[in-house]
Amino acid sequence: MKYSTFAAGVLTATSAFAETPILTVYAGDYFTSEWGPGPVIEKSFEEICECDLQFSTGDLVPRLLLEGARTKADVVIGLTSDVTAKARATELFAPHGQDNTALTLPIAWTDETFLPFNYGHTAFIYNETTMETPPASFDALLAMPDDVKIVIQDPRTSLSGLALVLWVDSVYGKNSAKVWAQLAPKILTVTKDWSSSYGLFTDGEADMVLSYTTSPAYHMFAEDDFTKKAAIFPEGHYFMVETVGKIAGTDQPELVDAFMSYVMSEDFQTVIPTANWSLPSALPTDQWPEGWAQLPLPEKVLFYSEEESKAVQEKAIETWRATLSQ
Amino acid sequence: MARNAKPINNVTGIAAATFIVVAVLLAFVGIGLRVDSVSGLGPAEWQAIRFTILQSLLSAFLSCVLAVPVARALARRRFWGRTFLITLLGAPFILPVIVAMLGLLAIFGRSGVLNDILAMLGITKISIYGLQGVVLAHVFFNLPLAIRLLVQGWQGVPAERFRLSAQLGIGPGMMFRLIELPLLLRILPGTFALIFVICLTSFAVALTLGGGPRATTIELAVYQAFRFDFNLGRAALLSLVQLFVAGGAAVLVFWLVPSISFGGGMDRMQRRWDGQGRGARFLDSAFIFVAASFLTLPLFAILISGLRGLLEVPLIVWLSAWTSLWVALISVLVLLGTALPMAGWIATSRNGSVEVIGSLGLSVSPLMIGTGWFILIYPYANPTDWALLVTIAVNAMMALPFALRILVPSIRETLQTYGRLSAALGISGFAMWRCVLWPRSRPQIGFAAGLAAALSVGDLGVIALFGDPDRSTLPLQMYRLMGSYRTDAAAGAALILLVLAFGLFWIMDYWGRRNAIAK
Repeated sequence: MKYSTFAAGVLTATSAFAETPILTVYAGDYFTSEWGPGPVIEKSFEEICECDLQFSTGDLVPRLLLEGARTKADVVIGLTSDVTAKARATELFAPHGQDNTALTLPIAWTDETFLPFNYGHTAFIYNETTMETPPASFDALLAMPDDVKIVIQDPRTSLSGLALVLWVDSVYGKNSAKVWAQLAPKILTVTKDWSSSYGLFTDGEADMVLSYTTSPAYHMFAEDDFTKKAAIFPEGHYFMVETVGKIAGTDQPELVDAFMSYVMSEDFQTVIPTANWSLPSALPTDQWPEGWAQLPLPEKVLFYSEEESKAVQEKAIETWRATLSQ
Repeated sequence: MARNAKPINNVTGIAAATFIVVAVLLAFVGIGLRVDSVSGLGPAEWQAIRFTILQSLLSAFLSCVLAVPVARALARRRFWGRTFLITLLGAPFILPVIVAMLGLLAIFGRSGVLNDILAMLGITKISIYGLQGVVLAHVFFNLPLAIRLLVQGWQGVPAERFRLSAQLGIGPGMMFRLIELPLLLRILPGTFALIFVICLTSFAVALTLGGGPRATTIELAVYQAFRFDFNLGRAALLSLVQLFVAGGAAVLVFWLVPSISFGGGMDRMQRRWDGQGRGARFLDSAFIFVAASFLTLPLFAILISGLRGLLEVPLIVWLSAWTSLWVALISVLVLLGTALPMAGWIATSRNGSVEVIGSLGLSVSPLMIGTGWFILIYPYANPTDWALLVTIAVNAMMALPFALRILVPSIRETLQTYGRLSAALGISGFAMWRCVLWPRSRPQIGFAAGLAAALSVGDLGVIALFGDPDRSTLPLQMYRLMGSYRTDAAAGAALILLVLAFGLFWIMDYWGRRNAIAK
């Protein structure tokens, strides 16, 4: 008796299981957390796809490299343009199949494999109540007195830290070492990841922190705090974009395609600003959530394509390390 | 003949040690399977190796040197709240790194309390960022361990010794030479080695407080190689360097230092007749006061900022606290199941150098264990399903060296003192554990279990490598809060983490000491 009930239960469970296809999405830990965009996206995509979207978290590229062709991922979301070269080299990805011309990025995007879903720019954030005269340009930042302290992230362990060395490289090129030497006395410390840096800044330990142009938005819209500002530099800001990719060997190709078009949909795009505190990749400015269009953004956007980024990364990091180690 | 009589069976101990060695070897095999090429170490890596060893040596040296006067003062003074103070002084050691940083910066940071006071007095501000900061943080973490191990040693001196010394009119100098110096020689080298090994694997603290890439440690390079460059060859090579340095230090210490036993006493309450002069009393009070301020002020800072954020802590964080709790409890069981037989084996072997095996768990990077096992598990199962299990195992392994340091001396002494009597009575094997070793070592077992539980609660561990978003631990949830701008809520989570870690430690430690045969 007991056994037959049990067996029946198992059978029903399995058949129910088989009816609902599973879409496995690899994402960064921040993405799927309670406070990231993951839960909202999961809920609203499941409403239209009649499927079960399951996130799996961890380091994206290392994991794909470890798993190789046996990967269980159908979709990988959150690859920044500075790691897509490595991701592409795994040869696990198929074309995304979406129309790149629908994108509203400040740069031209022609990649057929990795589809941008949000973006931002590197920027130094300050508190206007404690810093009355913020630097108006990168040069002005370099010329600031040494008792102005900034915190940055380590380019060897953090993508925003990597974006900073690429930013310096794209503005100053051969003079990067000199720039780092000028910045060195102002750098309070270097942290392993973005969150430790930002914590030091909000605790009042540092005057400025390396973060994103969109960081003030969190304080404005979630905390009603209008004192945190991004210093906008005419030399330009480094462009940071996150992309989503389709795994070629997926057993759910239709679902993946549905997900890709969902990423480009208004539903998804309007969630991005307040859920991920970044800018949507395919949504005209006039459709951004209220207040977002007033966010100060740089006029000039600097960007290294993945080949350029790959070519300069190692040298830029070594310049940073060698200069700051002196 | 009695020399050869073995009161306890070594088979389980050897099995447990083999398990550890195999676990580490398997991780290396896993990574070895996937290594394409191994390149040599560049100047950046050599700089990291030099810095790692330098800061570890300094941190271990200072922790040990500072612990001696404080432990001595705590051991020979009786005052109200002493036991609680000793427990509280242990807190920084079990504090999760990320939480402790918040506390340290609130006191010693650029906008910390200390600098505010200095500014008010018109004195130039001090900077915590640099080698001094790294060492300060490591002393903050590890001074408690050194104090605790030393106080335990002091309390292990049979009360009769002090009585006899007083009767013989032995002065402080002689007392130091006859009783305290042998005690220090017995405990300090192992303590030094342990702290040295702990500091070797530090990296987030070292980088942040070190002020930049000058303070790059080997562990940071391992992290970079694994998680950023995904250069498995370099990661494995660096892990080996770390293992070699840590293992070398441990072997050297355990081989060089003989174990000294005090002989049996009657377990009378210790009473001290020495050090009653005004100067000695003043000095002791000063040492206790300074150490207590240094170790507890950052805790208060965490408490205050945490209380403000506590209301903003969402429900899911409390659920994670529950996960962390049961993960910690299972880790403790795994740890005791490994540490007790191993400690028995080490205590009965001629030289203690097998204890080195125990330090393997600390000297290999958890990242490398996690990645190695991931590679091995992946072809057969979904590593995500194994995430908590691997976390439990790694947490237990990380706590093993501490547990051995704590358990071995007590078990060795019990065996030396009661081994012959037990043999005469025909008590051996499991009965020996149940009737003699367990009750005699209960305070140590409680202490070790408490440490393991607290370390497990606070450790982010390998779960960050391949976690399941629906099953997360408290430290991971705290990182997520920090990663999504919610620093106030993160401070609240830090407080929960602190209370949970300290609470578990206190309960287990108290269980060990309560009704323990007077010690």
